[in-house]
Amino acid sequence: MHGILAYAFGGILALLVVASAVTALLIRRQPERSYTSVKLRIQTWWWLAGLLFLALSFDPLVALGLTAFVSYLGFKEFVSLVPTRPADNPTLLLAYLAIPVQYLWVHMAWYGMFIIFIPVYVFLLLPLRMVVAGETRGFLRAAGTLHWGLMTTVFSISHLAYLLALPEHAGAHGPVRGELLVFYLLVLTQLNDVAQFLWGKLLGRRAIAPRVSPNKTLEGLLGGILTTTLLAWLLAPWLTPFSARDAVLAGLLISLCGFTGDVVISAIKRDIGVKDSGRLLPGHGGALDRLDSLTYTAPLFFHFIYYFYY
Amino acid sequence: MPTTPLLKAGQAVLRWLFMLFVAYPLVLLGLGLRVRHRERLPAQGPAIVVANHNSHLDFMVLLSLFPFLSVPRVRPAAAADYFCKVKWFEWLARNFVGILPIVRGGAQKGEADPLSACYRALEAGQILLIFPEGTRGQPEQLAELKPGIWHLARRFPEVPIVPVFMHGLGRALPRGSFVPVPFQVKVAVGQPVPLLPDKADFLVSLRNAFEYLRGKVAPPAPAEEDEDQSGAEEKSEEFTKNVSC
Repeated sequence: MHGILAYAFGGILALLVVASAVTALLIRRQPERSYTSVKLRIQTWWWLAGLLFLALSFDPLVALGLTAFVSYLGFKEFVSLVPTRPADNPTLLLAYLAIPVQYLWVHMAWYGMFIIFIPVYVFLLLPLRMVVAGETRGFLRAAGTLHWGLMTTVFSISHLAYLLALPEHAGAHGPVRGELLVFYLLVLTQLNDVAQFLWGKLLGRRAIAPRVSPNKTLEGLLGGILTTTLLAWLLAPWLTPFSARDAVLAGLLISLCGFTGDVVISAIKRDIGVKDSGRLLPGHGGALDRLDSLTYTAPLFFHFIYYFYY
Repeated sequence: MPTTPLLKAGQAVLRWLFMLFVAYPLVLLGLGLRVRHRERLPAQGPAIVVANHNSHLDFMVLLSLFPFLSVPRVRPAAAADYFCKVKWFEWLARNFVGILPIVRGGAQKGEADPLSACYRALEAGQILLIFPEGTRGQPEQLAELKPGIWHLARRFPEVPIVPVFMHGLGRALPRGSFVPVPFQVKVAVGQPVPLLPDKADFLVSLRNAFEYLRGKVAPPAPAEEDEDQSGAEEKSEEFTKNVSC
């Protein structure tokens, strides 16, 4: 394993140990209050950190396969939540087929195809298959929701895997490889969620999107932006090729876009009429509940670094 | 049904192989389950599990709800006219899935009791899976319940009848389609349905049990935490309507 990555995972381990210890302490101090949700959430974080370790410690192919599987789980959750017409089943199979194909382009590092396959070819192909099926009632809605699902859960998330296909780049502490960038993006996106949640709990007064997500507050958002940007700046010399200015910009980008992805997926869940997208991750909800911020941060971070550094 | 212990063990191995290489991959990876009250499933036979029927995957979902080791003692009842038409297919269904063939309409044709295989399974302390609708019917709709289950229950009055409702399989593999599409499936297990002396009353109470469980899984799950859910209730109505049309 990459030397820096070993230290990075050490940091995650320390963070999780502290989180678990604090929760255990809180449960002992205040037995009358229920911390079940927090406890479950942290337990799930342990699993997710283990999964990330598994993904980044071996061959890049393992990471690629796991990311593709995460896309599959997210897309499956999405199409299970939204209403679909029975006539769309063959089209849905085609959409599922787009997942391995998209990750094949990533594996081949064929950037041109990777970047247009879902937005252009799949976008044009799926309606054709729907015309063959012949059901016109609800056509636009079906075509729109299906493609929306592919864009968020497959196209956006696959940018995470494409970071691994990027060539090595010189950094302040040695060469920077894709694994380090994936780690940087994932950890900052997820910690940003946690930081916004914690700052919101601590200081939250003014609701920022009361109709979409009543628990999100301005104080939480600002606290999250500060925490994430500070961390982005601190970690950048080891994990990225960023200059100090670019690291701050990346931190701002991740925290603001992470928030946006979170509220956008919240709006969709509210539209459908569910609170959580599933029960795959105890304490968090479904896969989509954890992927929400990433649907924004993964492609935007990727293009930020791709434009300025590759 | 196999008689010698060796045959029995062989069949158990085949059924485990079926679970490992067909049922679990299809159900857990291909579909994905959300189960409410799995603990209400009978751990010991004899017991009868009744479920709604929309898809050929239904029995795999039901089998995968049970602990791996007890799967060989769970026996799905299946229509003989469908599963026993072709010899090799019947052999596969009997040995890998452990089906109990039921001759549909056999009682009217004056044949032997169509449920006799089920009687023997219950007498042997096995867990019987039955689809009282008798057929897969329209996607995500509950068809008329057939009275066979009442006759079965009357013959074994102490055996619990546990209702299970599955939602989503009519989307994943509806009648007439052959390639399953990945969709999550929600499953709700209910309290045992008491046996009633009158056939019609019993079928109504069984139907009510199914409808109650449908209400638990067909609309999106209600809020469990403090987050405000205004509008979610009406929306869920709309959602189910859209799905089933």
